[in-house]
Amino acid sequence: MAKDKKPIKPLATGDKTIPPEGAKMIPIYIMGREYMVPETLTIMKATEYAGYQYMRGCGCRGGICGACGTFYRFLGDYKLRSGLACQTVAQPNMVIVQLPFFPSNRPSYNLEKLENSPHEELRRLYPEVFKCVGCGTCTRTCPMDIDVMDYVALMKRGDLKGAALKSFDCVMCGLCASRCPAQISQFTAAMFVRRLYGKYILPTAEHLKKRVESVKGGKYLKMLEELTKKNTDELKKLYTEREREPDLAEPGKWMPKDASHL
Amino acid sequence: MSGYTPELKELIKKVEATRPTRVERARKNQHFPALTMEQRKEWLNKYHPDYKSDGRRAVKVGPNKGEVFPEEVVNLLESRSRITPKDIDLTKIDYETDVLVIGAGGAGTSAALIAQENGCKVIVATKLRHGDSNTVMAEGGIQGADQEGDSPYYHFIDAMGGGHFSNQPDLVAALTNDAPLVLHWLESLGLMFDKYPDGRMLARHGGGTCRRRMHSAGDMTGAEIMRVLRDEARNRSEDIKVLEFSPAVELLLNNEGRCSGAILYNLETKEYYIVKAKAVVMATGGFGRLHIQGFPTTNHYGATADGIVMAYRAGVRMKDLDSTQYHPTGAVYPEQNVGLLITEKVRGLGSQLINIDGEEFCFPLEPRDIESSCIIRECLEKEKGIMTPVGRVGVWLDSPMIEALHGEGTVRKELPAKCIQFKRYGIDISKEPMLVYPTLHYQNGGLQINDKGETTVPGLYSAGEVTGGVHGRNRLMGNSLLDILVFGRRTGLNATEYIKTGVKGSRGQGVKLTLEHVEKFEKELKAAGVKEPVVGPMILPEYTPDHVKKRQWGVAC
Repeated sequence: MAKDKKPIKPLATGDKTIPPEGAKMIPIYIMGREYMVPETLTIMKATEYAGYQYMRGCGCRGGICGACGTFYRFLGDYKLRSGLACQTVAQPNMVIVQLPFFPSNRPSYNLEKLENSPHEELRRLYPEVFKCVGCGTCTRTCPMDIDVMDYVALMKRGDLKGAALKSFDCVMCGLCASRCPAQISQFTAAMFVRRLYGKYILPTAEHLKKRVESVKGGKYLKMLEELTKKNTDELKKLYTEREREPDLAEPGKWMPKDASHL
Repeated sequence: MSGYTPELKELIKKVEATRPTRVERARKNQHFPALTMEQRKEWLNKYHPDYKSDGRRAVKVGPNKGEVFPEEVVNLLESRSRITPKDIDLTKIDYETDVLVIGAGGAGTSAALIAQENGCKVIVATKLRHGDSNTVMAEGGIQGADQEGDSPYYHFIDAMGGGHFSNQPDLVAALTNDAPLVLHWLESLGLMFDKYPDGRMLARHGGGTCRRRMHSAGDMTGAEIMRVLRDEARNRSEDIKVLEFSPAVELLLNNEGRCSGAILYNLETKEYYIVKAKAVVMATGGFGRLHIQGFPTTNHYGATADGIVMAYRAGVRMKDLDSTQYHPTGAVYPEQNVGLLITEKVRGLGSQLINIDGEEFCFPLEPRDIESSCIIRECLEKEKGIMTPVGRVGVWLDSPMIEALHGEGTVRKELPAKCIQFKRYGIDISKEPMLVYPTLHYQNGGLQINDKGETTVPGLYSAGEVTGGVHGRNRLMGNSLLDILVFGRRTGLNATEYIKTGVKGSRGQGVKLTLEHVEKFEKELKAAGVKEPVVGPMILPEYTPDHVKKRQWGVAC
């Protein structure tokens, strides 16, 4: 293969870490074994630098998927700490284990046909939620800084809206459940409560319902078909001449001058 | 405490030195001149990874033979199978099902749900966990023409314009027509949309929209969509069986050329399984983890183009596979934020891009592809980028300007998530600039489909980022979450229809499974002179550093 032409070499290197010369190296302990890694890396990148290729315990690498829940201690320190491996910076003498999976209780349910009121359904499916001892370990464990114990308290009280909103940032890593002395799977119960809230407590969008009827009635099919037949110049004209809804218009009130395509 | 090293702090002083003058000029609406149309073309051709001829080559085999794609993609299109077809007894079936869905992100999961609702048994095979996907990472929102002053008609025009009119029109018609249905479906599944007290959806503008139709669930719309869909699939686990850590590695055809299943690979036990299905939905997502030309990516760990590789061997034509969306501003520092997307809003609020000498070098609100080219040019040709301690290069995005222009506290108010993500590492972006470089964001091309989600191989359907044509050569914000759900649902439905209308014939019993297409493809590779092809699909990215690799004695591959 002719390979004479040298491509301009971008200096970016994907996700592979190339430490600068003289980078300070620190010891970390991955599942008890010592590795020297450059400082400033996340636990995830430090683990890869040590030579691991992730299969479990790695997902979005951006702090939102919950694949990389991690426990760690510092040598000589009793305190158990937690975080997401992709978001937590590796520090000297960290003793690390990831928890890529934790068995959780997740009973099935039919959201369309609840047998009782939402709160009763929660009691039926997750009776253990009501046995929370209020120790607060879940809250201290949560890598997303969610006050887990507080939303559990709201669930017990029947404030499902509060529990849904308070648990909204949950990435479902399961670290809370792994530490719960009452054996509650807080994060699955919260998922159930959020869906109850979204479906039965949050009011439905009436304008959307109307629009759905129009779409189902095939109202836009012809309009769209005509558009698919237009050539680029015709489309360009429509594109450049289209009106723009003002950013601060009252929701649902603004109308274009020509209403024939609504 | 600042997260910047003393060396970088020293360089920030140069940005601070020129800031008052730049703010003064910005107040008078004096900006760095935007590129002319001719310059745009030149910049794109010279610096945009999509246009440069370096790092790209023609694929030597298969349905797109002769077409030029990025080298990293071509290497995989010209890869050899992980398995040896003649050693495999295809009469020993491990799993049998109606629909096999490959990939368990938003597209795959919605396909599974709709197929199940229509009476199918479904197996979902996925490489990582259920929901590990780019879907969870979509922050901005989902488009859909539900407001009174809007309609699918305008949504169509916006999407075509955004794609430089290169989109496949029938797909755009499907996308925009179904959008309200998708929003309604999500609402009925209990998704926590941002709403006004009366239930009206909050709707905002996005880049390139003429109506406010961006819907959201906080700043984690994709994550909320994914966890709701996954939760619902788990409620239907009697009919929807999810096999995690079991990527498909090869499609199975039958003796009539119809797609009839796949071979799965258990990553943990290293066993292969044969799945026989009446129809298959390919929904494996994008290819960001190929790190085209070394670029960092915003994509999740599993985005390695597996679906493209399998489908190509089975004879599926690819569309626009040479087109990739680079987001101009991905974080390159600190290391833990690499690939993190810095929203366009930062520049919308007045931040400028600044080089190592504290100088402006481009108009900050060029279209995404142009802006990316400007940054690459500044770093690689002008060599005026800033080097991070681990050897990445970037330019400053001067966010403190926002405070100067709009008043103290604006950064915190307008960019709460970004503030937290930098504060975590000791950087206050209202006081210090960020280091950014273009990042690989979205695979514009992929499997060619029609508005039913059918590929060119009967029985094989496809949806989501793995397909091409919906967004043309440039995607608008908010149309990817919509894309996965519209076409996920359509493939689920149409795969069911396909099964129902032909089960007693070739789609049911009595057909012979085959891997002949794989053998044929490998012969083609040989004939085309492809020497030492890599093994594909790639499955997992590899970030092992060289010092470790050197010590991995005796490891063959």
